[in-house]
Amino acid sequence: MPRNRPLLSHRFVANRRRFLKGSLAVATVLPAASRMTFAQGGQVNIYNWDTYIGENTVANFTEATGNEVRYDLFASNDELFAKLREGNPGYDVIFPSNDFVERLVAADRLIQLDHSKIPNIANIDQKFMEAEFDQDRAYSLPYFWGTIGVGYRKSATEGMEPKAWADMFDSDQYAGRMSLLNDSDVIEVALKYLGLSLNSSDPKEIDAAAEALIKAKPNIKAFAPDTGQDLLIAGEVDVCMEWNGDILQVMGEDDDLAYVVPEEGSILWEDAMAIPKDGPNPDGAHEFVNYILEAEVHGEIASEIKYPCPNKAARDGGFIPEEDLADSSIYPSDETLARCEVAVFDPVKDDLKEKALTRVLAA
Amino acid sequence: MESWRQHQLVFWAFLLPGGLWLVLFFLAPLSLIWAFSFGERAGVVDIAITGTLSNYIEAFDPLYLKIFWKSFWIAAAATLVALIIGFPVALAISFAPPTLKPILLLLVILPFWTNLLIRTYAMIAVLRTRGYVNFGLEGLWDGASTVGEALGLGALPRFQPLVLLYNDAAVIIGIVYVYLPFMVLPLYATLERLDRSYLEASLDLGAGQIRTMASIVVPLAKPGIISGIILVFIPALGMFLIPDLLGGPDSQMIGNVIERQFKAANNWPLGAAMSFILLYITFGALALRSYWSRDDV
Repeated sequence: MPRNRPLLSHRFVANRRRFLKGSLAVATVLPAASRMTFAQGGQVNIYNWDTYIGENTVANFTEATGNEVRYDLFASNDELFAKLREGNPGYDVIFPSNDFVERLVAADRLIQLDHSKIPNIANIDQKFMEAEFDQDRAYSLPYFWGTIGVGYRKSATEGMEPKAWADMFDSDQYAGRMSLLNDSDVIEVALKYLGLSLNSSDPKEIDAAAEALIKAKPNIKAFAPDTGQDLLIAGEVDVCMEWNGDILQVMGEDDDLAYVVPEEGSILWEDAMAIPKDGPNPDGAHEFVNYILEAEVHGEIASEIKYPCPNKAARDGGFIPEEDLADSSIYPSDETLARCEVAVFDPVKDDLKEKALTRVLAA
Repeated sequence: MESWRQHQLVFWAFLLPGGLWLVLFFLAPLSLIWAFSFGERAGVVDIAITGTLSNYIEAFDPLYLKIFWKSFWIAAAATLVALIIGFPVALAISFAPPTLKPILLLLVILPFWTNLLIRTYAMIAVLRTRGYVNFGLEGLWDGASTVGEALGLGALPRFQPLVLLYNDAAVIIGIVYVYLPFMVLPLYATLERLDRSYLEASLDLGAGQIRTMASIVVPLAKPGIISGIILVFIPALGMFLIPDLLGGPDSQMIGNVIERQFKAANNWPLGAAMSFILLYITFGALALRSYWSRDDV
């Protein structure tokens, strides 16, 4: 459920939550390879996060199935939801995060998947097939997943590396060198810091989370709209709350950076593939989803974009590099994951958290 | 001049395209948002227009009032700075040689050819700890330190970069940077039309430059000053991009809250009510403007 906060994204290396690129690349029509004419195939309209697919995946799909692809980008779940809010503007496959799968189902915007047309479902790790946000995976199938955690600069935090949210909220050791996300995820994280469930809808608990953040606020340099990794790599902050993929990307550019999922646990998210209602080519959409779930294809994307992959066959088949699988900043240990939670969609809770966030930012 | 009444067909032919455009793309969407402000959420995407005032009551929660107030003073401060910077610029352009004027005006308008977001990112690169302002200052500081050492005065302590970003001042700088042309252009328009013989008369009659400026130029430029203030203040009041990117932990403005209602919070009725409160304030400001300039016609 990574999301690109407000407006447009901005970053110059691969990352799917890039405001600027996302909004500028309004309609990226795929190049030469996909323009070849195939008598049998139709066109599949994909709507995905930026830089969230393999370089050749789409061209290979066209070659394998004869379907041409029109590929559009969104920068945030909010943008995706806004696009589909008043009806489907012509997309066949979309990539919403877990709570937005729920939101889209509640808004009656997704069709039920025909599992018989997607035999590669068998490749998916069984634990992803029992998702709370989508019982029996009737509407969505997992694409990639990840965590929200803490990115930090090793040299600047030597001997006091952040291990827990408490290291950031209780102490002033990183005073003026910390950034947090400026959306309601920060409230969820504060709930985890207090040892509570991040899905709490108890106003008292959410208030306590807001109070904890207000108390920590003097030490915080900025509430960043998903730009923490930019602040980190630019040296503006040494510790920041961010999406794993964002930090991983800057870790590729700067060895001095690291990522950790705090001890108290954190937000676990999943981006799913779903088929919106009234799309022009539902059969092609099923074909695309099935193609992605092929062990080799899914593994190849994973090796490129470095997000954790839910495809068991891809892992077992050796399509994902061993060093990635062993890297705890990509695949956190089961022990760590056990302390994390997936956010569920709950309008009551979301309203409370929204207001708590406004209160924190206004304090 | 012939009255439009005698050429009704011509009148309507000219009015229709613009009128239709306004109705379809301005009044209709605005009315819809206005209706939402009296609605309640019914499900995830549906809004039932029930005529409720609960959104307005909610918008007057002290929490939001505090943010309205904060937005108000940030916008006011930015407007004041823009006026202080913009007035001399407009004056200089209006007194520049005629060949130079178009170029100077172009320089004022030029930043508009770049996207607002890009300009705001440019400000980050200028203001951040390892940004150009601090690099420049560090260079000067090191230079002074070297000179001091050479003169036997000892070196200065290490340069401490200024904290220019992630606070309210950065938001004000950003707003001034972005909206300065809105201040300069109306000021220029009035100053350009100013009858120079008044200035000569004032100077001939013994008033100094400062007295002439205060008693002649500024009062005559009043319509431009008021237009400039309104053109800067109103968009600044609803700004959300700049506080998001340049602001500190508490630089949230009402525009940010409204943006979240329409996006993450999915609470369009509350967002609509807040937007309309801003709009009512705008109407108030425009009414005041016409009240102030009622004798200037």
